[in-house]
This record gives sequence, structure tokens and C-alpha cells, in this order.
Amino acid sequence: MADAASLTPAVGLKNSMRALRRLLPLIALALALFAAASGAARADAFSDALPGFAEDSFSATDTALKAVATSGNPQAKAVIAALQNSALVFDSDSKAVFIKADDGTLLDPTTGKPAANPPSADNLQAVRLNNRIRGALDDALGALTLSSPDRATRLAAADTVFKSRQASAVTALKAAIAKETDPEVKRAMLDAEAAATITDTNAADADRVAAVNVIRDRADPDALALLTGLSSDPSQAVRDAAAAGVASIKNALAIWGVVQNLWYALSLGSVLLLAAIGLAITFGVMGVINMAHGEMVMLGAYTTFVVQAIIRTHAPWLFDWSLAIAIPLAFLVSGAVGVIIERGIIRFLYGRPLETLLATWGVSLILQQGVRTIFGPDNQQVGNPSWMSGAFQAGNITITYNRMWIIVFSFAVFILLLGVLRFTRFGLQTRAVTQNRSMASAMGIRTPWVDALTFGLGSGIAGIAGVALSQIDNVSPNLGQSYIIDSFMVVVFGGVGNLWGTLIAAMSLGVANKLLEPFAGAVLGKIVVLVFIILFIQKRPRGLFALKGRAVEA
Amino acid sequence: MIGRFLFRNIDVTTFVGLVVIIGVGIAVPLLNLYVPDTSPLHVPSYVVPLVGKYITYSLLALSVGLIWGYCGILSLGHGAFFALGGYAFGMYLMRQIGTRGVYGDPILPDFMVFINWKALPWYWYGFNHFLFAALMVVLVPAVLALVFGWFAFRSRVTGVYLSIITQAMTYALMLSFFRNDMGFGGNNGLTDFKDVLGFNVQADSTRGVLFFCSALALALGLLVSRAVIASKFGKVLIGIRDAESRTRFLGYRVENYKLVVFVLSSVMAGIAGALYVPQVGIINPSEFAPANSIEAVIWVAVGGRQTLIGPIVGAILANFAKSYLTTGVLASYWLYLLGGVFIAVTVFLPKGIVGTLADFTRRRRATPSGAEARTPNSTDMTTDAREDLPPSASNPAAAE
Repeated sequence: MADAASLTPAVGLKNSMRALRRLLPLIALALALFAAASGAARADAFSDALPGFAEDSFSATDTALKAVATSGNPQAKAVIAALQNSALVFDSDSKAVFIKADDGTLLDPTTGKPAANPPSADNLQAVRLNNRIRGALDDALGALTLSSPDRATRLAAADTVFKSRQASAVTALKAAIAKETDPEVKRAMLDAEAAATITDTNAADADRVAAVNVIRDRADPDALALLTGLSSDPSQAVRDAAAAGVASIKNALAIWGVVQNLWYALSLGSVLLLAAIGLAITFGVMGVINMAHGEMVMLGAYTTFVVQAIIRTHAPWLFDWSLAIAIPLAFLVSGAVGVIIERGIIRFLYGRPLETLLATWGVSLILQQGVRTIFGPDNQQVGNPSWMSGAFQAGNITITYNRMWIIVFSFAVFILLLGVLRFTRFGLQTRAVTQNRSMASAMGIRTPWVDALTFGLGSGIAGIAGVALSQIDNVSPNLGQSYIIDSFMVVVFGGVGNLWGTLIAAMSLGVANKLLEPFAGAVLGKIVVLVFIILFIQKRPRGLFALKGRAVEA
Repeated sequence: MIGRFLFRNIDVTTFVGLVVIIGVGIAVPLLNLYVPDTSPLHVPSYVVPLVGKYITYSLLALSVGLIWGYCGILSLGHGAFFALGGYAFGMYLMRQIGTRGVYGDPILPDFMVFINWKALPWYWYGFNHFLFAALMVVLVPAVLALVFGWFAFRSRVTGVYLSIITQAMTYALMLSFFRNDMGFGGNNGLTDFKDVLGFNVQADSTRGVLFFCSALALALGLLVSRAVIASKFGKVLIGIRDAESRTRFLGYRVENYKLVVFVLSSVMAGIAGALYVPQVGIINPSEFAPANSIEAVIWVAVGGRQTLIGPIVGAILANFAKSYLTTGVLASYWLYLLGGVFIAVTVFLPKGIVGTLADFTRRRRATPSGAEARTPNSTDMTTDAREDLPPSASNPAAAE
């Protein structure tokens, strides 16, 4: 095993299996001894330890506690729990130890029955605790709960031992491992045992090296921390094995890191997609740079806030449905505002795109200030429904539910929109107007009507995006401002009038941002992406997927 | 020859504008310094840097108006050139602080000591010399505009796409300057200035001189802009604005014309920024914020973009209104008003205040006629400026 430092991960795995197999007889032997020494021996260790509590010294208490914890006596748990609750008392004269029950009766710690000849209450003194003993208590309880019938408790106990690395828990662990049937819990216990063995410098080198290999297969940050801590171990063999383990864990973690980054990238890309997709429609169809687009997103977020506020006061049981209720409402609110803007301002400015840009910037200022007047300048509290909060573990990465649902949601919106544009009459008309306005008009399509509805659709989609973004971002009057530049970048990068372009642009910008982040930091990464887009526009002034033909002649 | 180029084409409006600007530039500092407090003609000390700030904003507006009104380039990132000029001059002012900083380091500015830098980064070398800093005020915005414009115009990025990438440019610069590692003071920027050319930057007399310099720079900017647009070069610019492809097909290298005027405009914006910094006393990355650049565009739109006086008038009016309205009870209505002005001006006053007034006087003078050819539904992106120059701003010789 001394050559463990040169092992590749695959060989290492095989080796560790072999090590485990070599270890098995040892464990079996230990268990056999353990079983043989049952009954009297067990009671002995336990009752031998008890007087230690009566010595009224912290170190004696600590020793006694450890002895009790590892004794495996069925009464051990009761004693430790009593110690934790300051219900473990001793007679200052006879040095006899008792457990004081809730009703005041004194119990014999060895049997758990009321004591035969309880001393007078005046002589009783509680065993004193200090912080070190309190810590040891937690470990001891952790070890004891290893045999709890509840699966979750056992798992938690194994984890506690793994973290505390109490060498004294090994005995209890071995007992628990032998009885354990659940593979996951067993795995956790074996890890915990290995962790405890590694830390115990008194254990045999071979055992510790085997334990290092067990830990290596965990391949998570905890394992890395544990093995890194061995770099100055007195034993050369352990040091080598640990170094090999650290290298292989780092490898595995690097792969997980990339996976995690890709997940973040997908998440960011879906947020960008949500924010930009409405703009892609208004810009694509009408050539209107809608600077108030971010405020449509903000209106959607505030709609969510209002819906939740009403639900909280009138129908709290509906809270989990609040987002489902908010989505159509946000679509209607933002869509209606969009139609009003189009009918009231933008239709007077067709053919003057730069001025539309300025007018809609004015609209955005008014909407921001309007929201600020009504709701105040502070962030509003928008809650996550129960199915949006929390996280789960997939391999070594943590996936939060809200991010996951937003990814699902953004793709759902994308597909829905694609369907609307593709298969409905309105979609057909919209595409006709996009491609050739005057010809569409000549064919009897009411282009002003299509314009208004398209603008409403784009704004409504922005509102829906606002519902989703309210779950991951601060809902404040400035919400829209933080998305507007990113949205423009996505639309311009993807090309006007092409939803697939928007999808690809959003995802590639998400990936680019997140892949640059580890090397360059978040801000510099963003700057690099911006510069890249500026340069890209020079190469393809109409974006990745430009419409071809006469329709786009400027 | 330069004199002839500058003064040959001055018309009445420009002349009046120049006289007013220089007049104010001389009068305000004198009324502040030499008229006693008790006199009703006295200008309070706080007014001088305030109006001085408006004048530098006017120069920025003029630079935007020059490229937007006469060449159809709508830059939403001109605040970047303004801020770069400001940073260049701010670096000079920082170096002048010397040992008077909080940490008393003779070379390193306070913020560098604070982030534990040991030596001055190379790009700070030379900024202790006024002339070098002054050169950089011109050169840094010019080089950025040259590189950016060379790429953008050569690949024919026009219209809203150009607007969006200029916005991306200023946004990227803002993010960069917010970083402490850039060595420009992070989000606190450069401040706490003491001297300019050995004179206390806070003193009334220094501020008076700075005020005059701002007015002089504005007058010079107006003169140069006027000379450029009235020249043959300027006629080509207007041709590009109204029909870029046609101008190209006539054999003009459109990208070169655009590049020259873009660089000129960026230099004007840089000088405006350099004069802004000592009067306001601080420059920080928020000057790069896209919203600032858009606001500058609004001044131009309000004043009238197809005139040269318009942007100046617009900047002064808008900023007076802002100073007046953002303090006191009306503060919460300021954004409503600003937003409303954006909408009203673009919908009802596409020529801005000055342009509309000029139209009005022309109509009064001429016999009533409906000769104005309106093409409101034109789909041509580059012809968003639909009309000829109003007579007040156009050269009589252009009619030939």
C-alpha cells in the first residue's frame, strides 16, 4: 500500500476494494470479540465508568463519559441524556451516582429502576459540565443514536461521527455496521468509521491506509478536507495514501465543478431568455427599440407581489397557487400597458426608430416613478411557494428548486411562443408583417392592429418573465433597469425576428458569462462578454440569424 | 487659413450664440468676484460652479448634437467620452494632492495606499504634468472613438444597432471603472482635489477662471462645429444622414466622413468632462452610466437637434429644471416630468424648442405655403431626420 501515491483513480478504486476485503476479517474478528464479551463484560465497562462522574472533576467526567458511550450498555443513553440535562447527580458522601427523573425520584443508572436506598436530597450534587464536555456529549449521543430504529436518525448520527471523528465511536460504529441493512446508511457508517480511524493516530497503519481509501471514494469537499489534514501525519504510508486520495478527489471535484458551472450557465441563460424573448418580438416585428421593456418585467413582478399580498390577507391556503394566478394577471397587466404605449405613443413614431427609443425611455422613467410612488422605493417581499423553495442534491451539486423551475418555465414560454407564432392566425399575420409590411398590408392584413397586438404580446411575455424573476431577484422599481441592457445584448446577438436566435444567444451568453467567471471574476467576465458582442456586431451587423432578403434593407 | 475656415461661415444665430456665451463667461465670474455681496447684481459663490457645470454639459450636448443632428449617428454612449476626459484630468488633480492626502504618500493617491498598492501603475505616469494630462484629455477619448468608430462604421453598423453597441461600450466601461483593480479609485472615483496649476481648486477666483475656460471651450466648440457643418465636408455629412446608401453610391467614403466627425465629437465631449471635474470636485464610475448618456441625448432632442444652438439651450434648460425640481416638494415628480418631456418632445416637437421656434419665424416671414413635404411613414431607417435644415442654421450658400 506504500505505493498508493502513484495510483490512478481506477486502480485506486480496485485497490480500496481489495483493502476493504482485507479489512473485513478484521472487522469480523472485532465483532466476534465484541459479541463474546457481551453481558458481564459490557456491564463491567459501564459500571466501572460510573464512579468517574462522582469525582467532581471535569477530566474524570470526560473519561467516564467516553467510557460509558463506548460501553454499548443499554442504559448508556439514559445516563448521557441525564448528564446533558444536568439530571445526573451523585451523593457527595457515598459517591453513588443516580439519575434524577422528572418527578424527582432517583433512578439507579445501571438498571434504570428506582434506586433501592436513595440518599437524602441534601447530599445530592449535579455533575457539572463545561464546554468541552458538552461537545463530547454531542459526540457521545451521536454515537449512541447509531442504533436508533429511525433511518434518518441513524444517518444523521453517522454524519455527526464523520464530522467529529471521535476515535471512541469506532466500537459503536462497528456494532452498528454489523446490524445495518440499509445500504446508504451503511455507506455513511463505513465512511464515519474510516474518518474516525484515520484521525486516530494510535490505530495500525494498514487500517488507516485502508480508511484513507474508503474516504477517497466519497470524493466530496468533506473528504478532501479530511485527507488534506493528513499531510503532516507521522506515518509515511498514510501520508502517501492521503496525497493520492487528495489528487483523485480534486480531479473528481473539478469535473463536478464544471457540471455545476454548466448548471449555473443554463440557469443564467434561461433568465436571459425570459427577459429578452418579449423584446425579441417587439424589436423583431416592429423594429421598435422598447426601452420600457425592463419596466414591463417589473410590472409583472409587482403584479406577483400584489397577488401574494391579497392571498396572504384573504386566502392563505391559496399561497402555493399564487404564481399560477399571477402569471395570467401579469400577462394582462403588462400586455395592456404595452398596447396603451403602442396606441398612445409608438404608432406616431413609426419609421423613426431612434425617436421611439427616446420616447420609450421616457415611458420607462414614468413607469418606474409610478411604481415608486405607489409601492415605495424599497424592495418588496415576494415569497416562494413551497414547491419553489428548498434544494436537492444531485451528485455533488446542489440544485435549488426555484432555479430549476425557472429553467423549465422559460423553455415552456419559449415553446408556447413559438407555437403561437407558428400555428395561429395571429402568428401568421405577425410573421407576414415582419417579413414585408407593405405586402402584408396589401394582402388585407390590418398592420396597425397586428402592431398593437404584437407589442401587447411582447410586453405580456415580459410581464410573465417578471413573475418568474420575482422569485430570484429583488422586486424594486429598479428591477427592469438591471435586465434591459442584457436583454438588448441577447436580441442583438441573436438576430432580429428569429426566436431561435434569441434562444441560442441567451444560452451562449449565459454559458460564456459563467465559464469566464472562475477565471476572470463576475464583473470582468461580463465586460469581456460585452466587448465580444461589440466586436461580433462588427462582423455580423444583424446578429447570428439575420433575416435575409429585401425586407431588412436599411 | 484656420481662421478663415473657422470664421468664414458664421451666421447670425451662431454669432449671437458666441457673443452670449463669451459674455456670460466673462460676466458671471466678475459679478461674483468684484461686486459686493450687498449688491443685487452679485452672483453667489455656489452659483458659479453650478452654472459652470451646465456649460460643460452644454458642450457635451453640442458634441452629441453634431453627430446626431448632422450625421444621423445616435450615440447612447457619449457619456463615456465625457467621463474619460474627466478621469484624465482627475488623474492630474489627484497627482497634485501630493502629501496632503489622508495617508500623506507623496506619490500614491489615497485609494491606492488604501488597497495596499506599492507603486504607481504605468498608466498613471506623466499625469503630474498639466500638459500631458491635457493631451490625454483629448487623446484618450479620440483614440477610443477612432478604434470604436473604425470598426463600427467600416462594417456599416448603423441606426439602432449602433446606438445599442455604444450603450454596451459605456456600460462595459462603467463596470470596468467600478473595479478597484483598475486603479481608478473603484466606486469612489477620484475626489478630494486640492490644486490646479498651483491654484486652490476651491477658491472663488480659481472657479471663476474655470468658468471662463468652460465658456471659452463651449464657444470654441460651437465655432468649430459651425465651420464643419457649413463646409463642403458638412454637406456630405448631411447627405449621409439623409441617404447614406445614396451618398456611398455617389462615391463618397461614408465611413471616413463618419469617423472624422465621430472623433471630433468625442474630443469635444472629453474636453467638457475635463472642465466638469475640477468644478464639481469628483469623478466616479456612475458618470459612465448609460442613463447619463441617454439624458444628454434628451437635452439635444429638447433643444433641437438640427441646430447647433439647440443642444446648448436644451442642456441649460434641462439642467436648470433638474436643479430646481429635484430639490424641495417637487422632487418626486421630477422623473414624471423628465419622462413626459421625453415623450412630448419626440411626439410633438421632433425639432425641439429651437428648431420649432426657427420654423415659426420662417413661416411668419414667408408667404403661407404648405411646402413642407412630410413622409411620416417612411420605413427607411437612416432617414429618420426628414427635413431640411431650418434656415437659421443653414448656410445661405447651401441653396445654390
